[in-house]
Amino acid sequence: MSGMRYEAPGSVDEAVALLADANGAARVLAGGTDLLVQLRAGMISPDVVVNIKDISETHGITAEGGGFRIGASVSGAEMGENAALVAAWPGVVEGAELIGSTQVQGRATMTGNLCNASPAADGVPALIAGGATCTIAGPNGTREAPVGDIPTGPGKTSLGNGEFIVAINLPARPANASDAYLRMIPRTEMDIAIVGAGVNLVLDDDGTCTAASVVLGAVGPKTITVADAAAALVGSKVDDAALEAVKAAASAAATPIDDKRGTVAYRTKVAGVLAARAAAIAATRARS
Amino acid sequence: MAKHHVTTTINGEEAEYLCEPQETLLDVLRDEVGLTGTKEGCSSGDCGACSVMLDGRLVCSCLVLGVEAQGKTVETIEGMADGEELHPLQQKFLEEAALQCGFCTPGVLIAAKALLDTNNNPTETEVRYWLAGNLCRCTGYDKIVRAVMDTAADMRGA
Ligand SMILES: Cc1cc2nc3c(=O)[nH]c(=O)nc-3n(C[C@H](O)[C@H](O)[C@H](O)COP(=O)(O)OP(=O)(O)OC[C@H]3O[C@@H](n4cnc5c(N)ncnc54)[C@H](O)[C@@H]3O)c2cc1C
Ligand code: FES
Ligand code: FES
Repeated sequence: MSGMRYEAPGSVDEAVALLADANGAARVLAGGTDLLVQLRAGMISPDVVVNIKDISETHGITAEGGGFRIGASVSGAEMGENAALVAAWPGVVEGAELIGSTQVQGRATMTGNLCNASPAADGVPALIAGGATCTIAGPNGTREAPVGDIPTGPGKTSLGNGEFIVAINLPARPANASDAYLRMIPRTEMDIAIVGAGVNLVLDDDGTCTAASVVLGAVGPKTITVADAAAALVGSKVDDAALEAVKAAASAAATPIDDKRGTVAYRTKVAGVLAARAAAIAATRARS
Repeated sequence: MAKHHVTTTINGEEAEYLCEPQETLLDVLRDEVGLTGTKEGCSSGDCGACSVMLDGRLVCSCLVLGVEAQGKTVETIEGMADGEELHPLQQKFLEEAALQCGFCTPGVLIAAKALLDTNNNPTETEVRYWLAGNLCRCTGYDKIVRAVMDTAADMRGA
């Protein structure tokens, strides 16, 4: 890391210029809870680190068009303190709040979680299930992309040279809609998920599910969107039979690795259990 | 590479230091500013020994760059007592022997104070989750949690 430069631009354009000039040898610094660990371990040695937290467009949680815009510098702690966001998107917030300890929560951002591109990222499945998009600034101006398009594999993203994410956008919520995120870790705190499951769904006035999305984390190189599980929910009252079908579909879709923290058989089974439980929680929330 | 000149507020007083871009706030506090109460356990965000308050938020100083403190306020364990008068948490930790080697103690105290400043009536579960990022290898967590709960009770009674 010797010779590393530090920049803290005050505008989006300056940040883009700094990133573009470095030609891939730059790193964005948000909360730093992944970046500083990787710097210290010598896993990365960027020429320049660009702190985006002085850029006002990356700040704050704002209600926009019925949905929310969450700036790329917003920490998990700030999300948990925003009552309107918690009420509308409890699953997205619980995913973000599961990241690390109280100390880590004070810094870690959802965007950093997304761009670090770990398959086990806790903030990501509920975002994808919720249909979130991100606003990306780059040398050619600003573009929007679905959150799910950003990670392309462990540690890799689809962001081009000079690009960074300015904010994450959650769409407007219809009535009777909610979400949930659950993860399994071998300890009770401070551990990496061996399975994560995010579910977002919409019910009609009779309690019949009209739209759903089920997304698994940590059981493949990328998150897995389980279309069969969503199909099992749509048209149902999210009853036991539908939840059994969600469970079977999620287990069938999981392609986990085997390691000391969990076997393939265990992770596959737990993927089904968590997906069904998260669907039940989301439905209970949507009904209330 | 040029060092950065950083102006910040530490424990209520203006402070200045020079630091390399890659130095952490933890490195700077200990090696440049001479405040060695903040401890280095892991330097990877896992142990909480380096806990400080940055602009009123509990953070691991090993996960913050020294340059990031520019224009911000930092509170460390050195600022916790009021002169010779210990903070009620410090007093309670001594009375109830909630420390052995004491290495984790500055971080635990900073973290516990951050909790009690916003919630003086936490449940035991809340205390345990709040302090989950503060590892202690000798005292065991029961005494620490009890000392925090007892301090909260005293503060409510006062
Ligand atoms: C003790 C500890 C426990 C943890 N526990 C968990 C856990 O339980 N679950 C979990 O999922 N993670 C966990 N993490 C990992 C980490 O905290 C999260 O991934 C966090 O959300 C990263 O966000 P950050 O803002 O700190 O990112 P940073 O470290 O600032 O950045 C992460 C990566 O994303 C890039 N980046 C950041 N922001 C942008 C942007 N706006 N545009 C483009 N690229 C960007 C950076 O260049 C870097 O490569 C833990 C980390 C620690 C230290
Ligand atoms: S030294 Fe910072 S968390 Fe261990
Ligand atoms: S008292 Fe020794 S680590 Fe906690």
